[in-house]
Amino acid sequence: MLRPLTSRGAFMTAFLQKRAFASLISLMGLVVLVFFLSRLTGDPTTLYLPVDASLESREQFRELHGLNDPILVQFGRYVGDLVQFDFGMSIRRSAPAIDVVLQAFVWTLQLALITMTLVTVAAIVIGSLAAFHIGGVFDRIATFFSLIGASAPDFWIAIISIVIFSVGLGWLPTSGTGTVWHWILPIAVLFIRPFGLILQVVRGSMVSTLSSAYVKTARAKGLRNKPIIFVHALRNAMLPVITVIGDQAAALLNGAVVVETIFGFPGVGKLMIDSILQRDFTVVLAAIMVTAVAIFVMNILIDILYAVLDPRIRY
Amino acid sequence: MTDTKALPPQNIPAQTHPAKQILMMLWRDKLAFCAAIFILIVIFCALFGAPLLEDVATKQNLRGRNAAPFDFSKDWVFWLGGDALGRPLLARIVVASQNTMMVATGAVVVSLTIGTALGLIAGYTSRMGSQIIMRLADVIMSFPSLLLAVIVLYMLAPSVGNLIIVLAITRIPVYLRTSRAEVLEIRERMFVQAARVMGASTNRIVFKHILPVVFPTLVTIATLDFAFVMLAESSLSFLGIGIQPPEITWGLMVAQGKAYLTTAWWLSFWPGLAIILTTLSLNLLSNWMRVALDPVQRWRLEIGKKSNG
Repeated sequence: MLRPLTSRGAFMTAFLQKRAFASLISLMGLVVLVFFLSRLTGDPTTLYLPVDASLESREQFRELHGLNDPILVQFGRYVGDLVQFDFGMSIRRSAPAIDVVLQAFVWTLQLALITMTLVTVAAIVIGSLAAFHIGGVFDRIATFFSLIGASAPDFWIAIISIVIFSVGLGWLPTSGTGTVWHWILPIAVLFIRPFGLILQVVRGSMVSTLSSAYVKTARAKGLRNKPIIFVHALRNAMLPVITVIGDQAAALLNGAVVVETIFGFPGVGKLMIDSILQRDFTVVLAAIMVTAVAIFVMNILIDILYAVLDPRIRY
Repeated sequence: MTDTKALPPQNIPAQTHPAKQILMMLWRDKLAFCAAIFILIVIFCALFGAPLLEDVATKQNLRGRNAAPFDFSKDWVFWLGGDALGRPLLARIVVASQNTMMVATGAVVVSLTIGTALGLIAGYTSRMGSQIIMRLADVIMSFPSLLLAVIVLYMLAPSVGNLIIVLAITRIPVYLRTSRAEVLEIRERMFVQAARVMGASTNRIVFKHILPVVFPTLVTIATLDFAFVMLAESSLSFLGIGIQPPEITWGLMVAQGKAYLTTAWWLSFWPGLAIILTTLSLNLLSNWMRVALDPVQRWRLEIGKKSNG
């Protein structure tokens, strides 16, 4: 397909605008869905005031948090505030919801970044080597362990590792934060599943790249194995891998919910579960929006990376 | 595509019965063979375990609280130990397989059917319909599936039916995207064009010509997805927003054993092992299927295993 020869930057901007618009629509859908569903779960008044609270104080509480108005009015007010980046107050913590969420989000972001960096490096190196010696012992071991990693329930790994490393051997703390040691178990547990999946993709992608014509040419030229794998093949093999890394980084938040709950880690996953249980609607909504925006930004970065790695791709 | 260099020059097998051929291919891959056997056992437990062992699995015996495993002097149902109320763990794992399997099967079948149907529509019809469907998929995909399930389940009552619906919704985009992408490619191929020229209706083209080509890919994904859905259900049950007691699933059993971790590790260990073995088997089977259903790679299984690569 022939395209007019405009600069790549112009394409990119148009593409980004299109993507931002599409994401805005999905975000709005999500907000509407969660806002109305969350109002169906029950009245926070009964949860926050003592059982014998007087009718007046109940009324006051509802008035204060605007729970007396019709639900559509509540929604209109919420959206009106949202446009001014006011996410409302957390009922539970009497602090702005967005502050509570951002505080927790920083923890999760650190956890996710460290984990994904380790996963990416390990999966690419081991996956490439496994693909190069396909069918060999190394390949079989790597494949088998990656399969186990992809199959293991993270909550089970988490509690078993607590039993072994915290209770049994007493090497690592069971939960909380504070020292470097507190990070090891959560990261290790989060590491396992994406590692298994990405390793499989790296291996598969490498296998097909290594059998392509240009790699054979490189071999015929007499290049050694290392430059063939890590210079010639890797760059092309990376494209499908990046997609999976993106998916897995988003899916890491799934694991974060479980891992943060088990290890008492003050991240956004635990915050979301707690807030749902405490009917702290404003925090739930703010957390959803912050997470969704983070995932959107990550997807954009991946698209850009795609274009950088493969000049044939244009948006 | 037509990379035939690796085809074995001799011993082209005589035409055998397709079922036997598949069995032979399965036998060649020993791991996949074991996986298939294990899955069959799990399916058997899910189908017949609950009616047979329901009574044994719910009978409390407080004297046998947290009974240690590997006590072979007792009944076989106690070989894996007893739980906090003295109920036999092995029997409970067998009974729990029913709920675990039911939720996973339900979610996979529902998402496979709806996702494929939408994907075929999105791939074969107008841009407009395609756009709407794809944007809907984006909404679902734009958020971590487990969190979505957590939120929705907390608002609906957690039951087997709701669990299936929630998990199915989060998995529909997977099939949708795959089938759409495949349809977009296949619809341009010669045999589809030929069918169109001969005046075949859209329905006929989609279901008779395109679907059979897409289907093997989807089945492979579904096998893998089955493992994923199982893990998701277990996580939800573990967090306390999936299946509720007195119903049991493997994830819930792990959660119930968590309180006794330091004194009775087996309460959480065995159900977790059941999960890991089942998902591992599904992953192995899916890997095997990817090769077995791919005409280009199938030779790896049809001849001896020495010559791969």
